[in-house]
Amino acid sequence: MFPFSFEWIWDMGHMVFHGGLWYALSIMGLGLTYCIIKAAVDTAKGKGGYHH
Amino acid sequence: MEKENSKKFGMVIDLDKCTGCGSCMVACMAENNIPFREDETDKLLSVSWMHVYRLTNVKPFPDTEECYLPRPCQHCEGHHGHSPCVSVCPATATDYDMDTGIVSQIYTRCFGCRYCMAACPYHVRQFNWWDPLWPDGMEKSLNPNVSVRMRGVVEKCSFCIHRYQLAKDQAYMEGRREIEEDEYQTACTQACPAGAITFGDLNNPKHAVYQMVKPDKKNGGKPKNPKAFRLLERLGTNAKVYYLSSREWVRRAGDNYLKTEGQAKHA
Amino acid sequence: MDSALIPEGVKRCPTWQFIIWIGVVGAVMMWGVFAILLVYIKGLNQTNMNNAYGFALWIWADLTVIALGGGAFFTGFLRYIIGKDELKHIINYAVLIGFICYSSALLILGFDVGQPLRAWFIFWHANVHSMLTEVAFCLTCYFGVLCIEYLPLALENRQIDKVPFFHHLSHNMHEIMAVFAATGAFLSFFHQGSLGGVPGVMFGRPFGFREGVLIWPWTFFLFTWSAAAGGPCFTILITKITEKAVRKKLVKDNVIELLAKISGWMLVGYMVAKIIDTWYWAAFTAPSKGFTLMDFYANNPGSVYGIWILIAEIGVCGVLPALILITDKGRKNRIALFLAVLLAVLGVCLNRWVMVLQVLAVPVLTFENWAQYLPSWQEIATTILPVAYGIIMISLSYRYLPVFPQERELNPIEAPVSQTQEQLPEPETPPAGAEPEPSPSGS
Repeated sequence: MFPFSFEWIWDMGHMVFHGGLWYALSIMGLGLTYCIIKAAVDTAKGKGGYHH
Repeated sequence: MEKENSKKFGMVIDLDKCTGCGSCMVACMAENNIPFREDETDKLLSVSWMHVYRLTNVKPFPDTEECYLPRPCQHCEGHHGHSPCVSVCPATATDYDMDTGIVSQIYTRCFGCRYCMAACPYHVRQFNWWDPLWPDGMEKSLNPNVSVRMRGVVEKCSFCIHRYQLAKDQAYMEGRREIEEDEYQTACTQACPAGAITFGDLNNPKHAVYQMVKPDKKNGGKPKNPKAFRLLERLGTNAKVYYLSSREWVRRAGDNYLKTEGQAKHA
Repeated sequence: MDSALIPEGVKRCPTWQFIIWIGVVGAVMMWGVFAILLVYIKGLNQTNMNNAYGFALWIWADLTVIALGGGAFFTGFLRYIIGKDELKHIINYAVLIGFICYSSALLILGFDVGQPLRAWFIFWHANVHSMLTEVAFCLTCYFGVLCIEYLPLALENRQIDKVPFFHHLSHNMHEIMAVFAATGAFLSFFHQGSLGGVPGVMFGRPFGFREGVLIWPWTFFLFTWSAAAGGPCFTILITKITEKAVRKKLVKDNVIELLAKISGWMLVGYMVAKIIDTWYWAAFTAPSKGFTLMDFYANNPGSVYGIWILIAEIGVCGVLPALILITDKGRKNRIALFLAVLLAVLGVCLNRWVMVLQVLAVPVLTFENWAQYLPSWQEIATTILPVAYGIIMISLSYRYLPVFPQERELNPIEAPVSQTQEQLPEPETPPAGAEPEPSPSGS
């Protein structure tokens, strides 16, 4: 999974596979972080309720 | 990639000589610490790296003929080392060694998903459904050069690779770089009373296995000897176990053919 | 007793009735848990798998729930990426069903492997050339996406929503849901496909092996396609079953019909591709390995793997439901619609069954016979477990969360909503949650 495991090879397969993986994980992580931080800021600001 | 001096260990089994005595199976079990249970009636739950099949030509008496076919791991090379099992293992627990041509299995890496078993058409890969247990006292007779396997992992014939390692160590101690043909032989080869099994380097024209089958390197290792065949040649597994038989029906039993395909296909 | 937790403006059964219901389903679930413990403690010898059937009921269940859970990604794709806005009324339920399916799949994988404590090796020592590695990575990531998609709904519980932070969090997550849905669609495309790749790449198994493009065998695309077609059918099927169970209409017909229509056309496309694939495989791929089509279907004990499977899969459970779903009349007829989605779901189940079990059952060595297999009770109990778990998850979610945005409108418990209000355009807000005007009472 990481370049420091001994079976790791810097070949096309590893780059494409793990590129896709980390891309997806980053989007999820960043998205979630954004939501949490914004929610904390909104709460601190005491924003009014939304209606979904 | 395969290096110039790399070896390709393989086996030739002469089915004309095999009597089906099962010595190879016994030798293999003892050599490789293969676990067994009190009740071994269901062979699909057993572990046997070397398994002897009984083939018949399905003809009524007096034309009935039989043939015994010992089946170790075929150590497929596939296309550039992509043997059926190696490419599917999700945890890199099995590997095709370009230096020896041996398909290895790392027991402590395997987590028992069994994808390799599904991928292998020869059923050489077997699962440890139970904890390995030996009768009291018998554990003292275990081979110290071969690790025992735990429940929940897949295992298979290794071409007695520990013997190769020992032979290489010996050669190193004696200041040699290469080992002789007879220094590395599998347990089944040595145990066969009929001398039906021959083992050696298919890349080395001096070795008996090479001379017996004359593998055609340019043609995916197909044997040039008309009496020789490999199991399921058509699937492209590129196996390193060759069989010899003088009987056409035996050679034909090695692979699947359409009814329209003539008898001469595998002459 | 729990009325404070129940969404406003909807009616739910009395608490005692709910507890009994959960108790009964929970007992079935505990049976499965007991079987899992047996498998963990004693090992896989508790199953009827063997060296010929390395994959069996569990892997089938795994592939099937993932395919059927495909309703979540495809409905999300249609709703957020393509912009089919009506589907917002069913997306919550699609996500919930997907969540149940995928968590079940991960659970099954957790006890299916021989050394569960080493299961993380699939990530740590990943072999990027293995289809199973791709499945494991995408599956786990996508389960994360489903959690993210399900979380805002859970946060909309009446009491949780009162906490300002959770209220804001839920709102913010709704706002950028399209980003998560797109990631989910990307991951789903690959893991659904990779599951198809599992049999497709096995060149030692002529029943499963297929040619393909680059590293992907045709089964890769067929599995993704069938999940996109069959998944929404499963969502519709479960919605219809839920409506029957609670004796209420929960989703308007136009929403169901839209999803059914899209599924129908997806199914048509899938069937065309599947038929071409089957023909090519029977006419070229298999013969090149020395097999005729009937070698795969004949001479097996009890015709368990007879040609009937292919006819059932492609004809009865493929072409027939596709034809029903693409016709306006078929979709509008309640029985026909129900039958069509049921058949489509069965078709997907059957496809996964043959692509797991028949692949292994067909003898490849000429001197071997068809392998036979009947699951043990432990395997059955552990496979029923996800069903019981799913029922509990649905029951809890339905009771305490605003899963169906149209429920109040379709089932007014006070004075009926005036006709004029019903004609109004839908408010431009995320799908689930409280109406602008507070309802007088819960139940």
